Amino acid sequence: MTGTPLLSLAIWIPIVAGLIVLATGSDRNASSARMIALAGAILGFLITIPLYTGFDTHTSAMQFVEKTRWSESFNIYYHLGVDGMSVLFLLLNSFITIIVVLAGWKVVTEKIAQYNAAFLIMSGLMNGIFSALDGMLFYVFFEASLIPLYLIIGVWGGPRRVYAALKFFIYTLAGSLLFLVSLVYLYSQGGTFEIAQWHLLPLPLSAQTWIFFAFLAAFAVKVPMWPVHTWLPDAHVEAPTGGSIVLAAIALKLGAYGFLRFSLPIAPDAVHAWSGLIIALSLIAVVYIGFVALVQTDMKKLVAYSSISHMGFVTLGFFMLNAIGLEGAIVQMISHGFVSGAMFFCIGVMYDRVHSRDISDYGGVVNTMPKFAAFFMLFSMANAGLPATSGFVGEFMVILGAVKFNFWVAFAAALTLILGAAYTLWMYKRVIFGAVANKHVADLTDISAREFLILALLAAAVLFMGLYPLPFTEVMHSSVDNLLQHVATSKLP
Amino acid sequence: MKGLYLLIPLAPLIGALVAGLFCRVIPRWVAHTVTIAGVALAFILSCVVFKDVLAGNTFNGPVYQWLAVTTSAGDYRFEVGFLIDSLTATMMLVVTFVSLMVHIYTIGYMSEDPGYNRFFSYISLFTFSMLMLVMSNNFVQLFFGWEAVGLVSYLLIGFWYTRPSATFANLKAFLVNRVGDFGFLLGIGLVLAYFGSLDYAAVFIKAPELAKMQIPLFSGVSLMSAICILLFIGAMGKSAQVPLHVWLPDSMEGPTPISALIHAATMVTAGIFMVARMSPLFELSTTALSFVIVIGAITALFMGLLGIIQNDIKRVVAYSTLSQLGYMTVALGASAYSVAIFHLMTHAFFKALLFLAAGSVIIALHHDQDIRNMGGLRKYMPITWITSLIGSLALIGTPFFSGFYSKDMIIEAVAASNIPGSGFAYFAVLIGVFITAFYSFRMYFLVFHGKERFGAAHGHHDDHGGEHHGLAPGQKPHESPLVVTLPLVALAIPSLIIGFLTVEPMIGAHFGKAILVNPAHPAMAEVHEKFHGAAAMALHGLMSAPFWLAAFGVFLAWFFYLKRPEIPAALKKHFAGLYNLLDNKYYFDRFNETVLAGGARLLGKGLWRGGDVAVLDGIVVDGSARLVGWISRLVRRLQTGYLYTYAFTMIIGVFALLSLWLKRLG
Repeated sequence: MTGTPLLSLAIWIPIVAGLIVLATGSDRNASSARMIALAGAILGFLITIPLYTGFDTHTSAMQFVEKTRWSESFNIYYHLGVDGMSVLFLLLNSFITIIVVLAGWKVVTEKIAQYNAAFLIMSGLMNGIFSALDGMLFYVFFEASLIPLYLIIGVWGGPRRVYAALKFFIYTLAGSLLFLVSLVYLYSQGGTFEIAQWHLLPLPLSAQTWIFFAFLAAFAVKVPMWPVHTWLPDAHVEAPTGGSIVLAAIALKLGAYGFLRFSLPIAPDAVHAWSGLIIALSLIAVVYIGFVALVQTDMKKLVAYSSISHMGFVTLGFFMLNAIGLEGAIVQMISHGFVSGAMFFCIGVMYDRVHSRDISDYGGVVNTMPKFAAFFMLFSMANAGLPATSGFVGEFMVILGAVKFNFWVAFAAALTLILGAAYTLWMYKRVIFGAVANKHVADLTDISAREFLILALLAAAVLFMGLYPLPFTEVMHSSVDNLLQHVATSKLP
Repeated sequence: MKGLYLLIPLAPLIGALVAGLFCRVIPRWVAHTVTIAGVALAFILSCVVFKDVLAGNTFNGPVYQWLAVTTSAGDYRFEVGFLIDSLTATMMLVVTFVSLMVHIYTIGYMSEDPGYNRFFSYISLFTFSMLMLVMSNNFVQLFFGWEAVGLVSYLLIGFWYTRPSATFANLKAFLVNRVGDFGFLLGIGLVLAYFGSLDYAAVFIKAPELAKMQIPLFSGVSLMSAICILLFIGAMGKSAQVPLHVWLPDSMEGPTPISALIHAATMVTAGIFMVARMSPLFELSTTALSFVIVIGAITALFMGLLGIIQNDIKRVVAYSTLSQLGYMTVALGASAYSVAIFHLMTHAFFKALLFLAAGSVIIALHHDQDIRNMGGLRKYMPITWITSLIGSLALIGTPFFSGFYSKDMIIEAVAASNIPGSGFAYFAVLIGVFITAFYSFRMYFLVFHGKERFGAAHGHHDDHGGEHHGLAPGQKPHESPLVVTLPLVALAIPSLIIGFLTVEPMIGAHFGKAILVNPAHPAMAEVHEKFHGAAAMALHGLMSAPFWLAAFGVFLAWFFYLKRPEIPAALKKHFAGLYNLLDNKYYFDRFNETVLAGGARLLGKGLWRGGDVAVLDGIVVDGSARLVGWISRLVRRLQTGYLYTYAFTMIIGVFALLSLWLKRLG
């Protein structure tokens, strides 16, 4: 496989497939559009597998590196590579793309080619984000990926889609502009856009602080961290099922990944100075949002808030700056991709049949959809962090890291054990258990073969990662260790 | 041997998967055959392992590496593995035997239930989870088993998911247990943070050197105390100790076989087992032991009192279970771990028996559970009657019965204990003997003796859903089928004799190195010193205070409920305040539902409506949008399109610039 530009393929196969799908044009060619999209998604996933199997776990250096000059005058390179912290996200993203294409198979009936194309192109762009080693290239992918998601919410979304899409777009764009300013500043200081060079660039504390907060503005919105999270529930509620899956599974990871790739290694002294702030914000996200999730009446909003709470564990894990917390945070990101994707899909399955997301419109779904109820139970338990599901592993590691860091931080974080179970299972009880509540529920039909396949794929991922997380963490040890050593070293000139 | 150990939990797991994944396609006999075969295999292999352990072979080793965090600063390794010693082997025998009996019993009990296959899948899954818990050699797998049995318990309490009371009870059970797990997980976190490993062996070896270590959490609390109390909070959830006991009575919403298996014999004893397993840690903290013994004593005494006024046959047994779990906890606090496990074992047999017998009565009366509608059943159900009598006699500690040995040992150990709080605990367990005898025989007399009150109350509904029917007038109950009575007999035998047979090894050499007792805690040594054989102990027991307390309890129950039934009614009227306190279970439920659950919802609403919607979205987001709008309206005013406005603005501008420039010059 050496010499094959795997990363470029991982980026461009979905994008090219997306363009081909787009070329099929109108809805008369719907079936071919779907088939091409599925083929592109599967091919895109297959191409990422050698990234894992061929990955050398003993080094923290970038692997599968590709480097070509892009812009002479500004010293910008088309520079790709992955390390232990990013490689898994390419696999996750490409896997989720298959799920998304399948999830929209029967449900999306308008502008089918455009819909699938948007997802495929976005998938390629997101692979680009996770493999870009040039700051400007990263920025281009980072911003470009907003557009398809904006369109997905704005075109295929619910009744308030325009408000939600705009809120999403402005929120994320505002942060991004500060990010761009920082990139230009770093370029002016280092004379290069190469991220690895910036890692070594000595910077005074004041500059680091500015950069840290500029990065924070960009990434905190994407994660999203409290208090810049309010766009997410709106975006989820209006997004179509596929949009919600990608938003939760992948888009939220971009911000967190940014912390890993930019904030921590570029401004380590500022990170040490301000980590307390981030930890406090993370704990607020875990606890405050946990309570907010408890009282939601709209299932999608509930799961959206639960996402914010779970992402609080990610930022918490990062900024305690210990290995078990950091690896736990990355594991949590991967796991959250599967679990939240599955939760949103489950809600989509019910929404397609009843056309309501209100908990009060349901009750007793298990009577008419027993197979679905079993899957939904598994994912709800994973969402509540039950051992043997992927949801447990990350939370467990972060809590262990937190006890090491400070007992009371762990105390607050561990409240999620109670809150997460409370909001997830209370929703499950009201929706699934009980006698058949109304005519809509009585008329429900259990999941189709297609839906079964999607749920089974996600269930397999959730269980495998819960029962045997070793392969997921094995790849990241060297890179995480390297990052921590890097953060521990002062960069003051 | 490792393959054999692995097969023990996997056999029931395979049964559970077959019965569960194909529950819609396979016939009923396949479901029960495959699960029973799995559990029977696990039981037989557990016997083999037990024999092997008796011969002196123990095992401690990994199965596979679950997770690792390797850094230049140090490694953490988390493995799935087994620790097989006398403590584990004893638990394995108890778990697989009771589980096997319950599986067989279920064939009869659930024969008319549409969820038959699903039920077998769940109880086999439970057996797997419980075995993983007791066989673990590390904290992670312990926590896995801990949560997995909780999950199955949740699924089974809510088995009849259309009943609102069942889905309320299972959510409550899960959440209350999560409160315990919250402490448990933090305890595990402290272990990892200070010991650097979650392997039992590594932790126990290192424990003595950290015994004196202080940590800056609360002043004056040692590391060991903090760890042990946090771990014990987990045990309080699982083993239903006050104030985390509230879920257990409600768990009776589940089918009776699981009340026997999960909520009496095995799962609820997981906390007891865990503390015994952690004896090398608990022995290093007098504070923690004191905490344990006081909580246990409160549970033993006050939960027993509640059993007196219950009228639902299963709830009487449930409160009895709570009280007995309190006894076991008291034994743990007195450092008499082996006695706690001994009582755990005898209790598993006689309490599973009592529950299954209650289930037999419930089927005979067509799902009427109210003991006020029973009476005189001994004529119709001889096997259920005799086995219930054996179970009740064992429970109240009649000499020579199994419960006598374990309970008497607990009382003696508490008497000899020097832990702060043991004085109160001694009082509690002694009074508890009287209370136990009273509520047990109140139920026994009301169910099996006296007037036949069934048949008259057709259409009776108690307040837990409309599933309770009862017999029609003139209908007579009849004895349950063989699949039901066989397990009753099979459990009655150990309830009768297991104490007599095993008391000597159980308090003596059996647990050997599996349980560690600090020489500063002399209770166990004194118990051992006073012991002169099982027969002598029983004969001596006939003359001791507990026996007479129990006898008095039985007499009073007979006098009140058979001889002069008007007395309890008069007492109830006379002591209405006390009765209300007991009837409302000391108001724990009301407090939890209004203050804690209600408070959480209120807080959530406040944060959402006030925080997210009003402040963040209302003021910050939409406010800044409005601000932009306002500024743009302002700016738009300047672009009026009229020439004179532009001209005027230009003149003002030129004037301003000029004046600035002039000022500079000047």
